[in-house]
Amino acid sequence: MSRAASLTPQQREQLFFWQRGANRLFIVSACTALFVALATLVILVADILIDGLPRFSLDFLTHYPSRKPQQAGILSALVGTLYMITLTALLAFPLGVGAAIHLEEFAKKNRFSKIIEINIANLAGVPSIVYGLLGLELFVRRLHFDRSLLAGSMTMALLILPIIIMASREALRAVPRSIREGSYALGASRWQTVYHQVIPLALPGILTGTILALSRAIGEAAPLMMIGALTYVAFLPDSLFAPFTVLPIQIFNWVSRPQQAFSVNAAAGIIVLLVILISMNAVAISLRNKFQKKRNW
Amino acid sequence: MNNKIRKTNLIIVAVLLLIGSFLQAAYAADLIKTDGSSTVYPITEAVSEEFQAQDRKTKVTVGISGTGGGFKKFCRGETDLSNASRPIKAEEIKLCSENGIEFIEIAVAYDGLAIMVNQKNNWASKITVEELKKIWEPAAQGKIMRWNQIRQGWPNKEIHLFGPGVDSGTFDYFTEAIVGKAQASRGDFTASEDDNVLVQGIITDPFALGYFGLAYYEENKDRLKLVALDAGNGPIMPSSQTVEDATYYLARPIFIYVSQKSLKKPEVVRFVQFYLNEGPALASEVGYIPLPKSIQGLVSKRFNKRVTGSVYKGEGAAGKSFGSLLQESGK
Repeated sequence: MSRAASLTPQQREQLFFWQRGANRLFIVSACTALFVALATLVILVADILIDGLPRFSLDFLTHYPSRKPQQAGILSALVGTLYMITLTALLAFPLGVGAAIHLEEFAKKNRFSKIIEINIANLAGVPSIVYGLLGLELFVRRLHFDRSLLAGSMTMALLILPIIIMASREALRAVPRSIREGSYALGASRWQTVYHQVIPLALPGILTGTILALSRAIGEAAPLMMIGALTYVAFLPDSLFAPFTVLPIQIFNWVSRPQQAFSVNAAAGIIVLLVILISMNAVAISLRNKFQKKRNW
Repeated sequence: MNNKIRKTNLIIVAVLLLIGSFLQAAYAADLIKTDGSSTVYPITEAVSEEFQAQDRKTKVTVGISGTGGGFKKFCRGETDLSNASRPIKAEEIKLCSENGIEFIEIAVAYDGLAIMVNQKNNWASKITVEELKKIWEPAAQGKIMRWNQIRQGWPNKEIHLFGPGVDSGTFDYFTEAIVGKAQASRGDFTASEDDNVLVQGIITDPFALGYFGLAYYEENKDRLKLVALDAGNGPIMPSSQTVEDATYYLARPIFIYVSQKSLKKPEVVRFVQFYLNEGPALASEVGYIPLPKSIQGLVSKRFNKRVTGSVYKGEGAAGKSFGSLLQESGK
């Protein structure tokens, strides 16, 4: 500002001209970026809807895979995905949130917790196939869980744990200090403060992070391929140790079949996967809104 | 306090559920686990589908981890049956025997490898094995880059190569049959485990050449051009006829391997019997060429006598007549 003030009116005019130009250029490029991203998404979704919707029916949802593309359905993959994601959530949520609460609220801030912190951040960036290798050796082979629902869910839980921990810590950190101090001032213990004040306030953030992490797990095929989740399963898992398949694997299999009719099935399968993902994200958003209304600071 | 009790209850229920599922797992014995080649997958899938329709107590799972990946699991005793688009290799036989796994080799169909070019390609209608070798051998990497380097008179245009990924049995077989050594290939080609990617690549590129299973050609007939292969007896087009009588050079049997140990389970025996009976019809339904009746008979006989081991004795299938190998081993 002071620089502009010391300029002659002509120079100032020129400077403003350039600034306005740069401003406009930035807006235009930002809009272009947004448009490209949205257009890609719209084209992808439209393409899939055009290919897949005609094939989409109740039969498609209630039939097992088959060599005949018109009779093939995704029942086993759909149920497998739902089971796996439920189990993954049951495993990863308490562990992840627990770890976050410990690190954020109870752990001493020393070198050791610093190392753990860095490690968790690193783990979040490890490629998913590496978790697959870990799962194969640890759960499938050492613990003899075989290629089961349990082994798959545990692998997926490991995969998303770092994400849940980081999101939960972020949410806990966002709770203002004054609330903790207020609680202490009223004579609450540390645990009471965390349990009654901090967690309820951080919950929307924690839940959103968890659901987004689970959405990632739903779309992952690589680690499950690694532990050897199966492609053709024409029954529903009836125990934690039953073999299973999931949507991404079934879709991948259909895409690579020679018959054109199978790629239509794949498109219909992708629609199912998208619907699950969108509804999970919707749940995340509505949970956040619901809890957010309660807090007033 | 109440809260605490409720939580303890929850934990107890969870533990009970866990134990329950353990017990259930012990009961779920009628499970046949198969894995391996993606080439054989459609046949085993079809057989499993039909088998489970008539034997509702038994469950069959089919995985895809490639011929090599399948054998790794099979030889650790993790699967009952392994799909393979090439015969088992010497080191895989060794791994199996180290783990006490004996196996029976069962050929289930023939498959031909098609050499494919773009439809706009009006120069290459036949090619010799030597020319293919010149294109695909490791020494060609970075050198053989243009069509006119392969045969005089072909255009002075860049050649773009497409082939299956290096983990597939198809790659093993092709390199052995054409270059002379399994896995010996140039590396500068577009490789994909998904044959549809190869199909798309060749359809959109006028200077492409690639190879993959005949079934993928059959589904894209009107968009691809087949090249006749000359192995010394004149150019021959792959067809169910020429693949079955082995006049087409790149014709190979594909297999399932069943573990001797698993054959103690009656449902596995039932499954393999069903495979032998219904396999040929189902194989042709999903795009493969059934074995001739005489060879089917020999394969069944071998299974009924529970003859273990591979007729290829750890070697590849290229350039060998499967029928005569079978007959020899039957004596």
